[in-house]
Amino acid sequence: MSKLHHRQIDDLVTRLRRGQLSRREFLARSSALLAAGAVAGIPGAAPGQALEPKSGGLLRLGLHNASQNDSLDPGTWSTSWTGASFNGGVYNNLVEIMPDGSVAGDLAESWEVEPGAKVWHFKLRPGVTFHNGKDLDAEDVRQSLEHHMKPDSTSGARAIVQQIEKIDAPSADTVVITLTEGNADLPYLLSDYHLSIYPALQGGGIDMESASGTGSFTLESFEPGIATRLTRNPNYHKNNKPYLDEVEFINIVDSSARLNALLTGEVDFIQDLDIRNVPMVERSADFAVQRIPSLRHFTFDMDTRVAPFDNPDVRLALKYALDRSDVIDKVFLGEGTQGNDNPVAPIQKFYHEMPAREHSIDKAKEHLAKAGLNSVNVDLSVAENAFFGAIDAATLYQEHAARAGININIVREAADGYWENVWLKKPFCAVDYFGRATVDWLFSTSYTTGAPWNSGWSNARFDELHQLARAETDEAKRTAYYVEMQEILRDDGNIITVAFVDWRNAVANRVGFGEVGGLMPLDNMRMCERWWIKD
Amino acid sequence: MNKISHPILSMAVSRVGLGLLSLLIVSLVIFFSVSLLPGSYASAILGQNATPEAVAAMEEKLGLNQPAIWRYFAWLGAAATGDLGTSFAGRPVMTVLGPRLLNTITLASITALIAVPLAIVLGIVCARFRGRFIDKFLSTSTLASISLPEFLVAYIVMMVFAVKLQWFPSMAGIRSSMDLGEQLYRMVLPILTLLLVILAHMVRNTRAAILSVMSSPYVEMARLQGESEGRVVMRQALPNAIGPIASVVALNLAYLISGVVVIEVVFVYPGVGQAMIDAVRNRDVPVIQACALIFAAAYIGFNLIADVISIISNPRLLHPR
Repeated sequence: MSKLHHRQIDDLVTRLRRGQLSRREFLARSSALLAAGAVAGIPGAAPGQALEPKSGGLLRLGLHNASQNDSLDPGTWSTSWTGASFNGGVYNNLVEIMPDGSVAGDLAESWEVEPGAKVWHFKLRPGVTFHNGKDLDAEDVRQSLEHHMKPDSTSGARAIVQQIEKIDAPSADTVVITLTEGNADLPYLLSDYHLSIYPALQGGGIDMESASGTGSFTLESFEPGIATRLTRNPNYHKNNKPYLDEVEFINIVDSSARLNALLTGEVDFIQDLDIRNVPMVERSADFAVQRIPSLRHFTFDMDTRVAPFDNPDVRLALKYALDRSDVIDKVFLGEGTQGNDNPVAPIQKFYHEMPAREHSIDKAKEHLAKAGLNSVNVDLSVAENAFFGAIDAATLYQEHAARAGININIVREAADGYWENVWLKKPFCAVDYFGRATVDWLFSTSYTTGAPWNSGWSNARFDELHQLARAETDEAKRTAYYVEMQEILRDDGNIITVAFVDWRNAVANRVGFGEVGGLMPLDNMRMCERWWIKD
Repeated sequence: MNKISHPILSMAVSRVGLGLLSLLIVSLVIFFSVSLLPGSYASAILGQNATPEAVAAMEEKLGLNQPAIWRYFAWLGAAATGDLGTSFAGRPVMTVLGPRLLNTITLASITALIAVPLAIVLGIVCARFRGRFIDKFLSTSTLASISLPEFLVAYIVMMVFAVKLQWFPSMAGIRSSMDLGEQLYRMVLPILTLLLVILAHMVRNTRAAILSVMSSPYVEMARLQGESEGRVVMRQALPNAIGPIASVVALNLAYLISGVVVIEVVFVYPGVGQAMIDAVRNRDVPVIQACALIFAAAYIGFNLIADVISIISNPRLLHPR
């Protein structure tokens, strides 16, 4: 392929990432280049991608968030470590999220929903066995979900299972879930990594001792906070899967140590590559940087109960005053996609593509004038851990906004306790959101009136649409509702989204994988059964 | 001998008593400073699942809604009977810390076995050949390695021996499934780093202690009697410098148990320091308390031994004026 074409494609990819190009434009222009016969593979597509998976081999993963408190109780899981090794390796859910973001049956072969999305019938896949030889049946599913529903439950999935009124197991291969109110997204919710299916115990409860799941791997060894090793399950219920013989998860907290482990061949993959190390990995012939678009986004949140943020025009002025591409270039070194004051990620179902929010001092001034102000003073609370580069981003924002007569006073808060003492408490602060797999889930966690993470914003029309969309099983109607909601959030909402960021990993070229999902980290936590070793 | 050993015994007993009192104060300070830290176990563990309801349920389950003073005395009562309690995740603290403590002690012992004799020999050599090339060389290089932060020493060692030369693995992540040979092989780089860090301190102090004795009148006397310089160092100066040497060795041994967190993190060595960081991040108070007690006990214990050794080597210290 010619160098010139290569560079043109690279340039397009960069512009797409920075939000200077819409997806549609990108596709049109890049396919024009492809049609010119110029390119064999688009740069930016990970070199690990190869069509034919191979069997065998050991994959060693350098992750960083194992804890000595990790256990086999699924209610306690809170990290991608437990998610990818236990949920994605040893266990399964009723459903799984495919790399393209759609939801597919896993232990459930199929499901039907009654009108109103309140009552759901799941049919279990026949012939699935646990590692200890026991057959999977409906009671296992019921007990596994009820594990999180106990009144004193401390499970991380508590908010999800609260929507469940009851679970019935009318036959060995049928589970009926009745919700307190309709929710068309139930299958997505059931893909949550906490909701792994365990073997039921006689007399109630689940067996959390034997590490016996239905998953693609059996647990060979588990040293909490240090390492987890998995061995292939020969009786797995998916054809040919898993490809690997063994997977080892190794906890490496320090990012430089992680990079060294990759470069010296101690591991084949490292999670969360530091952006300062990107050029070092890109220069190497043996490793590649993997960027998976995610739901994760960095924002400045405003408490709309507090002046001046109670005025929608002031909020709009603040939104127009931020030069997002400047922040992405200088603070994130180009790693990130411009935000549009919409918390819904481009990879998400029901994402509504709107023209990018321009940086306009004139419009910012115009909206300030509408609010009856010449200038306005605000305190912006940040800390180094609010999101990566939050302090630098705030400093740039301060300069941008000053030109519009908005005086931002940067308040540096303590990093320790930021989420307890600043977020949701100070009226204007920087936030790092991991997102939620569905739009409904995202909205009901952070944006509907009284939602637990809502900083005071309330919009009657938004709440009304949320109720309508939730129980609606007609996709076209639902789409229309969600489009309107995203527009309301962008124009009236309480967040300024700075950027969406990728899951940024580094991976050795000997590792193979197909399309990689980004709704959750580590290929939607399913890398164990989806990845392979090429040589 | 009887006359000496008895006062030493009573001194040791009173020191142990003071040590226990220090442990009590340490546990009190740690407990209440952790409760001053913002955040809680529930919000740390639940992360982005921490809705107010889930946090409340977890705090109730762990008894965190009880007053802190009550929780402290409950913990103290159990600890006094040797029960360090269970971590907030439900595993006994000793199960959490036991294997980690073993790893830390292994690393510390191997390092100490090499470092202590080597440091004393090098210190004596420096003192004996004071002002000569070997003394200047060792003094300058140990000064340099003291001045470098330990993480930098660790990264340099890693860059040279793991990345460039590729003689040793960059990760010292030992596991119980590995055989002893592989464990030792993986521990080479952290041991080397620790040697560079602690040798300097001990060499310099040994040298200084011997030299300060060397300037006293009785050494002058020995020299006038015609003893060789080597004999003066070994027979006259060294025995009288044992006290200060013992205390610097004790300080470094305690450091090896409690202060090697940074090196553990850089080399991914599963020691007790990482366990404490993990616990502090999660606000897992029982584990933090146990770590603090272990570290404080190491300091107090080693210093006690050092004191006993200095008193045996210099009985005058038993009778302070």
